[in-house]
Amino acid sequence: MNEFLQIFTLALLGTTIRISIPYILAALGATVSELGGVVNIGLEGLILIGAFCSVLGNHLTGNPWLGVLCAVAGGMLFAELHAVVCIKFRANQIISGLALNIMAVGVTKFFLKYFFHSSSNSGRISGLPRWDIPFLSGVPVLGDIVSNPLILITLLLIFAVFYTVYKTPFGLRLRAVGENPEAADTLGVNVYKMRYAGVLISGALAALGGVWLAYDQHQFTDGMSGGRGYIALTAMIFGKWNPLLAALASLFFGFAEAIQIQLQTIGVDLPVQFIQMIPYVLTIVVLAGSFSKSTAPSADGVPYEKQ
Amino acid sequence: METTETFAIELSGVTKRFGGIYANKDASLKVRKGEIHALVGENGAGKSTLMKILYGMYRPDAGEIKVNGRAVTLKSPKDAIDLRIGMVHQYFMLVKTLTVAENVVLGEEPVKNGFSMDYAGAREETRRLIEKFNLLLDPDALVSNLSVGEEQRLEILKILYRKADILILDEPTAVLTPQEIKYFFDIIRKLSSEGKTVVLITHKLKEVLALSGSVTVMRQGATVARVETAGATESSLAQLMVGRPVVFQVERAPRTKEELEKSDTALSVRELKAMSAKGHAALNGLSLEIKKGEIFGIAGVEGNGQSELIEILTGLKRPVSGSVVMLGKDIDFSRNSPRRMFDSGIAHIPEDRHKKGLVLDYSVAENLILGRHREPAFSTMTAIDFKSVAAFSAKAAGDYGIYPPRTDLRAGALSGGNQQKIVVARELSREPRLLIVSQPTRGVDVGAIEFIHKKIIETRDLGCAVLLISAELSEILSLSDRVGVIYRGQLAGVFGAGEVGEEQLGLLMMGGKA
Ligand SMILES: Nc1ncnc2c1ncn2[C@@H]1O[C@H](COP(=O)(O)OP(=O)(O)O)[C@@H](O)[C@H]1O
Ligand SMILES: [Mg+2]
Repeated sequence: MNEFLQIFTLALLGTTIRISIPYILAALGATVSELGGVVNIGLEGLILIGAFCSVLGNHLTGNPWLGVLCAVAGGMLFAELHAVVCIKFRANQIISGLALNIMAVGVTKFFLKYFFHSSSNSGRISGLPRWDIPFLSGVPVLGDIVSNPLILITLLLIFAVFYTVYKTPFGLRLRAVGENPEAADTLGVNVYKMRYAGVLISGALAALGGVWLAYDQHQFTDGMSGGRGYIALTAMIFGKWNPLLAALASLFFGFAEAIQIQLQTIGVDLPVQFIQMIPYVLTIVVLAGSFSKSTAPSADGVPYEKQ
Repeated sequence: METTETFAIELSGVTKRFGGIYANKDASLKVRKGEIHALVGENGAGKSTLMKILYGMYRPDAGEIKVNGRAVTLKSPKDAIDLRIGMVHQYFMLVKTLTVAENVVLGEEPVKNGFSMDYAGAREETRRLIEKFNLLLDPDALVSNLSVGEEQRLEILKILYRKADILILDEPTAVLTPQEIKYFFDIIRKLSSEGKTVVLITHKLKEVLALSGSVTVMRQGATVARVETAGATESSLAQLMVGRPVVFQVERAPRTKEELEKSDTALSVRELKAMSAKGHAALNGLSLEIKKGEIFGIAGVEGNGQSELIEILTGLKRPVSGSVVMLGKDIDFSRNSPRRMFDSGIAHIPEDRHKKGLVLDYSVAENLILGRHREPAFSTMTAIDFKSVAAFSAKAAGDYGIYPPRTDLRAGALSGGNQQKIVVARELSREPRLLIVSQPTRGVDVGAIEFIHKKIIETRDLGCAVLLISAELSEILSLSDRVGVIYRGQLAGVFGAGEVGEEQLGLLMMGGKA
């Protein structure tokens, strides 16, 4: 019994981490973009692009690290589209983000066919080589997960984003252009440049989330982002546009899903539909309790026009 | 002749159009080094536009800009900052979610180890400047917690941090209380004594006379005069601004005691108690009575319950206790709403035209019928009748002198005084039975003040009861038939016209005994 419990909790922890990583990365991206004043619901598409680019890069070069690089480049390139449309042409940011998501599905389908001659999935690829962590890597169940270099990278990124946002001139300017772009402009801050930077960074981060998904399954499957971009946006709101809190919120959502999976695996005597509802019910309950106090940057979603 | 006079700023032939409208038309400005120069003109005369051109925010369509004798082209505020020019905008440009120090250093942050922000350094430098210029600010305070006066000083601090030698101040005193203005003057004088050049835009001609060395007057986009302050008077400047003589004290016959006694009561407030939005007691048993055809002025320092009183009377707030009888009806607060109050004939000119008076993104015409859009004159069963709206608004714009007289413009594109005229036109053209007016001439030029005052008196003469709330004591005294002083949510005395002076009011406002 004791052993069972141990496996259960370790597995729960492992699943939580596995599910949370893409949420965390995309939520960090969403936070950076919105702090700068650009709403990015294109995260969903950016995750998908990231996943595909990593698999393609990996497949073509045989090097999983180059796959990661391809994903970051692809994510930024795709985010650039959103940036140009929203910042330069001042289009509606929701529409642009939606377009990005639809386009991502089409683009990945097309190249999936072209490179892998399949409409459902790519060929198998290798993941990243393990980075063994003393002690932790030896723990059953958990060890395999924490030895994935992307875990460490994600952890570093959480703190790097937090530090950049709150402790650097770049972060101060980013928050200023998201809150009151005109004020920043009158102080000589280049509003457009800052907003581009925010969107591009969000593209890179969301694409890394895609890498995790693809490498975790050792292949790309059509539509594998599966709504994770939207959950990440929810985590950003729940986290009050604070990178650290957004990451915690992502963990919470991952945990809720992990519970659901564990309950299903051990076969609890409840209709499966109810169990599957758990993460969403939790999400709604938590958000209902936190929405009132969470405030978006004042100029979030508002295009800036210079005279 | 050995030396010609050196000018810090020389603008000549500056022209700037927005759409078809000339905001500046061959405007010029010359400011001597180290002097305080006043720039005056009616609302919409083009003062802010000219200064935004000098600050690199707008590119002029034509014209020459010289700074310290050198011709320059300014592509962005950055260029102006590099030339040591700083500007405090008419509407503050602050990032509310950041601290004082963060707002100060934004764009020119001190850096340590090549990457991180040097917060300690930023705070230190901010504190040094605060002390040097006696600005009374806390570097770590969040801007969203600052008072208007503090925000103003923070704007100046931002400029000083950038080591500006030329300071442009666009209507800095429009939103300050009399006490804050006094303090502000000291700061300006201190800056001037440090050798800084100051361009001061203001509508208050007393300030011009008290502070400046010379004055430039603008009218309809052009510069019409440049005079030395020593030879100017309030009325000479006002006449240059408006192009005709201006009356500072509008003609009126105050109601006598007998007249008021005979008149019916329009508004009766009894023992009103209410909480502020932050949960403090704001009204502590306030009572007052206003007769038909009477202007009742309330003087007081902001935050003594004025806002809450207005919110209750306009149906935006419920009192904790007390009663209000309005136009013969006892208000049932449990079923009250702004719509009911509006329909019963109450008009409201709010203190903040941007927050409560207008929808800036709507056209002037739409703003002129806001709230009245349901009236049969403006709507059919299903839709707004834009033809009659256009006809009505064209007439209102003419009657109230709204400039430019184009009702299809976005309200936000008009200057402050003309925006205020939209609100006044909308509220007064309804021929209300009870008018609630708060700070009706804040940030408005002398010509428009005269006009708005006349309109308020006209409305009174039609039998409307007027509740006037203003921080401007001269305004209260020149319009009111009776004056009450509000202090800590109660009236600390009520006086008939001519029974009380500014000094006595000022004393009562601060909680003293008359
Ligand atoms: N951004 C703008 N777009 C359109 N019209 C403007 C804009 N800024 C100012 N104007 C117009 O230019 C004229 C001058 O405005 P402004 O310089 O603000 O006057 P002032 O500061 O003297 O009150 C006004 O008629 C105003 O409506
Ligand atoms: Mg102005």
